[in-house]
Amino acid sequence: MSTHTMANPGKNVLEVQDLSKSFTVSAGSGGSRKLKALDGISLSVGKGETLGLVGESGCGKSTLARTLMMLETPDSGSVRFDGADPFAFKGKELLAWRRRVQMVFQDPFASLNARMSAGQIISEPFATHKDLYRGSAARSKRLNELLDLVGLRSTDAYKTPQEFSGGQRQRIGIARALALGPDLLILDEPVSALDLSVQAQVLNLLNELQQQLGVSYIFISHDLSVVRHVTDRVAVMYLGRIIETGVTEDVFDRPLHPYTAALMSASPKLDPAMRPAKRIVLKGELPSPLDPPSGCRFRTRCWKAQDICASRRPEATGLGADGNISLGLPTIGPAERAHMAECHFPVSSPAEAGLVPA
Amino acid sequence: MMELLDSQRAAEKTLTTVLAVTGLDVDIRTPTGTVRVVNKVSFTAYQGQTLALLGESGCGKSMTAKAIAGLLDPVASVAGGVVALEGKDLNTMSARARRAVAGPSLGIVFQDALTALNPVYTVGTQLGEAFRIHRGMNKKQARLQAIELMRRVGIPEPEVRASAYPHQFSGGMRQRILIAMAVALSPRLLIADEPTTALDVTVQAQIMALLRRLREEENMAVVLITHDLAVVAEEADNVVVMYAGNVVERGPVATVFSAPTHPYTKGLLESVPTHAVRGDELSSIPGSPPELKNIPAGCVYQDRCPMVAAICRETRPELRQTGENQFSACHFSDVLVTQAGNPTNDHSLTSPQLEDNQ
Repeated sequence: MSTHTMANPGKNVLEVQDLSKSFTVSAGSGGSRKLKALDGISLSVGKGETLGLVGESGCGKSTLARTLMMLETPDSGSVRFDGADPFAFKGKELLAWRRRVQMVFQDPFASLNARMSAGQIISEPFATHKDLYRGSAARSKRLNELLDLVGLRSTDAYKTPQEFSGGQRQRIGIARALALGPDLLILDEPVSALDLSVQAQVLNLLNELQQQLGVSYIFISHDLSVVRHVTDRVAVMYLGRIIETGVTEDVFDRPLHPYTAALMSASPKLDPAMRPAKRIVLKGELPSPLDPPSGCRFRTRCWKAQDICASRRPEATGLGADGNISLGLPTIGPAERAHMAECHFPVSSPAEAGLVPA
Repeated sequence: MMELLDSQRAAEKTLTTVLAVTGLDVDIRTPTGTVRVVNKVSFTAYQGQTLALLGESGCGKSMTAKAIAGLLDPVASVAGGVVALEGKDLNTMSARARRAVAGPSLGIVFQDALTALNPVYTVGTQLGEAFRIHRGMNKKQARLQAIELMRRVGIPEPEVRASAYPHQFSGGMRQRILIAMAVALSPRLLIADEPTTALDVTVQAQIMALLRRLREEENMAVVLITHDLAVVAEEADNVVVMYAGNVVERGPVATVFSAPTHPYTKGLLESVPTHAVRGDELSSIPGSPPELKNIPAGCVYQDRCPMVAAICRETRPELRQTGENQFSACHFSDVLVTQAGNPTNDHSLTSPQLEDNQ
């Protein structure tokens, strides 16, 4: 058993303010329409911290990840990486920045080139970042270091991806992402394509790597039990907005937003003792992001919705250390433990969320 | 919107056998020889109950289901065993007799609703097909039946939506259509092959609730194929745990999950991050499942088992009774039974030190 060192909350690797991104979608003869994939996202990731991103498909998780990787340009808002704006970088500066944010993809069967060996895949980044490891000796030394780090043998470097099992392929993907010594890894559903018995191996590896290297993670997943286990803080997304954020155990044990409460309640639990006393089953499905509801985006599926929810978008409400819900940032309690939700009628207690018997 | 968990569903009632599978073998012909993918699988599904086939990818659970439904790919064939649906052996039936069974006696719900539906026919036509073939209805009557079915599975405005094509529905709605198609002729047995794997968690809860409701209304036997332990824990009465084509444990879900008597079941249960603390190491099963081409002699689980001994390398263990209606294929199931005898629901029992000192 290892003891987890709490992340240093004072120093943020990444700070995102009011990030928005929309895509133009063709609407046939009617011209084109705007799809707002991200609508005013704000978040921060501390050094050595894991931030979980939770939400259903189509909520904007992947667009956010792609924007943070600079694969998409945001319409508005700011991204600060160690205080600097990566979108302002050019040339060498940009190349140097690319080293610091890397991504691990969901499907280890589709994301590795079948015609390259594991060694070639892992050391390919050195070809772009030429000045990092000069000469083949330095590169092969680093390759062995990486293989060792993710629990593969040095002879595995000569095998092709199809000779590995799913879990081992994901290890190759992780080694490739770590090759340039990044500060932030974006993990997009890193274990959801893996079998359960192998999933635990990869989660343990990610945990060990974080302690060893001090790297920060953004962990995107739809599996709530995994998110609870591996993240320090969590942000719940719905239709392009973060609707609730806070320290993982706070959000899981005392959800404020009705959507979060419904998510917690809907996910099946193995342990009968963990099952909600009452299960909230939401009506309907995620509305089209092309035509999001007015006011609060969740109101069409919310069981607490009233007239005001349709006319006014709720402001962020926070839960203070005294247990009271108030508008805006909580004034009591440490700021890094802020627990916020966007709702006119936040869930008042774990009992209302159906998590414990009333 | 809120509904109570029916934990009391396993009420005392006399059980009627709907499906009895005995010693089912399935072979796949490959260029390098015949591979046995399902080996001597036996289980029974009862009316009004859900039986879960649980296992990781490649364990043979879907092959078992396809063999029961008579939908095996041409390269695969049933090599032995009896599949008795309401007392009639499906394997010895003529193709014509078997087609007559499909629909009125046996329905199947596939994982991927978009590929299971025909893109060029409206859902109304596809849903009505069963009534036209088996009940000899004309187009108009069949369409009315289809609309009624769509209403039953919770599709809004069925009169209009019956004229829509599969791509015009969301994932959850497509799954509902597939379920409607499977239950159209009130089958005695419904096979659901990973019905919610492609869906989001809030929609998954809706679909599982629908399947539960239909099972009650029709008093069907449901065979649920899944890799999700939590889904099994919540939905099924009995569970069959498969590994590398073999049944390693089977019994009532409550007993198997609280007191597993096979090291694989135990390892799987321990791999689930339930109440683990952030940063704690998850227990995982080392290695990955064997390739079906190279299943070792002796126990199928020997290479990953913490309890492996010399006998496991030589003799394949038969299923032995380990509890009330509980069976395990392990030479050391007695040890696990003794362990499980402790009055604890905690899955984190320590493994006995039985490792072979060779």
